[in-house]
Amino acid sequence: MKGDKLYIFLFLAPAFAVTGVFLYYPFVENILQSFYKTDGFFNSTFVGLENYVRLLNDEIARGALFNSLELMLYVTIFQVGIALILAIMVNSITKGAGFFRTTFFFPIVISGAAIGLLFTLIYNYRNGLLNEMLVNLGFERVLWLTEQSSLYMVAIPTIWNYVGFYFVILLTAIQKIPNDFYEAAQLEGITGMQKMFKLTIPLIVSDLKTCIVLAITGTLKIFELVYIITKGGPANSSEVLGTYMYQKAFQDSAMGYGATLAVLIVVLGLTLAFVTNKLLQKDEVTY
Amino acid sequence: MYSHTEERLTFWEKFQERYFMNSKAGKIFVYVVLTLWSMTTIFPLAWVLLNSFKESREIITGTFNVPSDPTMQNYINAFETVNIGKSYLNSFIISGSVVLLVLFLGGLAAFAMARMQFKLRGLLQALLVASLLIPAFATIVPVYRMMIGMDLVNTYLALIIPQTAGNLPFAILVISGYMATIPKELEEAAHMDGCGRFKMFTKVFLPISLPSFSTVGIFVFLWSYNDLFSSLVLVSHEKVAPIVVLLSNVSSQYGTDYGLMTAAIAMTIIPVLIFYLFAQKTFEKGATSGAVKG
Repeated sequence: MKGDKLYIFLFLAPAFAVTGVFLYYPFVENILQSFYKTDGFFNSTFVGLENYVRLLNDEIARGALFNSLELMLYVTIFQVGIALILAIMVNSITKGAGFFRTTFFFPIVISGAAIGLLFTLIYNYRNGLLNEMLVNLGFERVLWLTEQSSLYMVAIPTIWNYVGFYFVILLTAIQKIPNDFYEAAQLEGITGMQKMFKLTIPLIVSDLKTCIVLAITGTLKIFELVYIITKGGPANSSEVLGTYMYQKAFQDSAMGYGATLAVLIVVLGLTLAFVTNKLLQKDEVTY
Repeated sequence: MYSHTEERLTFWEKFQERYFMNSKAGKIFVYVVLTLWSMTTIFPLAWVLLNSFKESREIITGTFNVPSDPTMQNYINAFETVNIGKSYLNSFIISGSVVLLVLFLGGLAAFAMARMQFKLRGLLQALLVASLLIPAFATIVPVYRMMIGMDLVNTYLALIIPQTAGNLPFAILVISGYMATIPKELEEAAHMDGCGRFKMFTKVFLPISLPSFSTVGIFVFLWSYNDLFSSLVLVSHEKVAPIVVLLSNVSSQYGTDYGLMTAAIAMTIIPVLIFYLFAQKTFEKGATSGAVKG
């Protein structure tokens, strides 16, 4: 239409002003900050790559990085794997499908803080859910959060929390597959499990890919559950990049170094998203 | 060699025919697995709810028992000792404002992105998609400094503005995606009737796109309500802190008061669960549409 220019500006300007000032500008500023040694306010000196050198030699940061990567592996395999199995199963039944959809999805709406608190109660030594079950069955109490186990103990609620999300995505994808495909397969004598491996899974590969990329990039955003359940401990054994970044920037007042850790998180996220996209590209099947 | 594999296949086929999907046993197996998983989602919540009506002593002695003498004391304590009512209010003020701002600003921008032609469109679209990859970690240090500079830390605005900025790209993408599917004829007819651009937005596109607005609204509310990280940094003072910050404090300060803890968890979860049960369809649709955009 004629004379749209003014309207285009009026419609777009407020939204892009807000994101510009409070999203894009801080994003760039954060990169710049990573080259400074600063507590954020009084002392601020340009130190070039010093923060990055520090990052390379920081053992806790390395541990946090490896913990994040390890979590990523568990989360991708189990979240997407369990979701896929559940989606195929729910798709195969008629009665009760609605009930399962509802109950599988709802952990997603609960805040990480509440789930974190819930799991601290579940893992509690004295009267946590797990130990009470053990005692009722006649076993000894177990100390659940140790240096060896803490990472698994935060992986479990993380996985549990989001299985429903991938379940809904995959179930929707499966239900979109045209019925003719299955009828044709039936005529060719393909049945049961084969139908699953030769038909269903290849046809939802692109959705599986989406799930995997989301699971991988999502892991880098993990903060709440770890912060509440273990605070990264004991002895940094469950520290992840998010909690370590928070600690450095806001508890140890090393804002410059915190910014450097944030840069690491972003770079890692971009690289992993790019690599998984590339790796999974070949297998795409469309209908 | 060949016949060997074939034999194995037939065995495999027989196995699945008999034990998976097609048989009664297969059906039972499927239902058992599905029921087990739904128990993992229901049981912990039921356990918390059950214990929230017990005295702390009874939680310790019989955590699985039905409360012998149901009490509201834990809930009363939650209101009196940790002032949970105030954090509730803070949460709703903050998240409510974020949702309204995101829908208003995002709706306008989405309309322009979807229905108007201009040179920078492609670039802005790319920028929006890229911003979905910016985590809160990557902006929080400068945002914190800006908020200190503007003397806004520990006010509602300190959280409302950055959360609005963080959620706008998602909102614009989802709503403009929806608006783009509306037939051109409608726009032309409205134009014939003398609708200007602004009226066209409010009278034609806004009402038709309401489903996308509600999807976005629900998700933005949820993300905002659940966002502990930014809240800890920007609004940790109890006067303005939302409920998630209160929860993280409760665990460190009152970690041994199991009654209080369970009541606090229950009170955080119950409103969103009720909300979810009412808006379940929209939630699930949003999950799939959001995923495709991400």
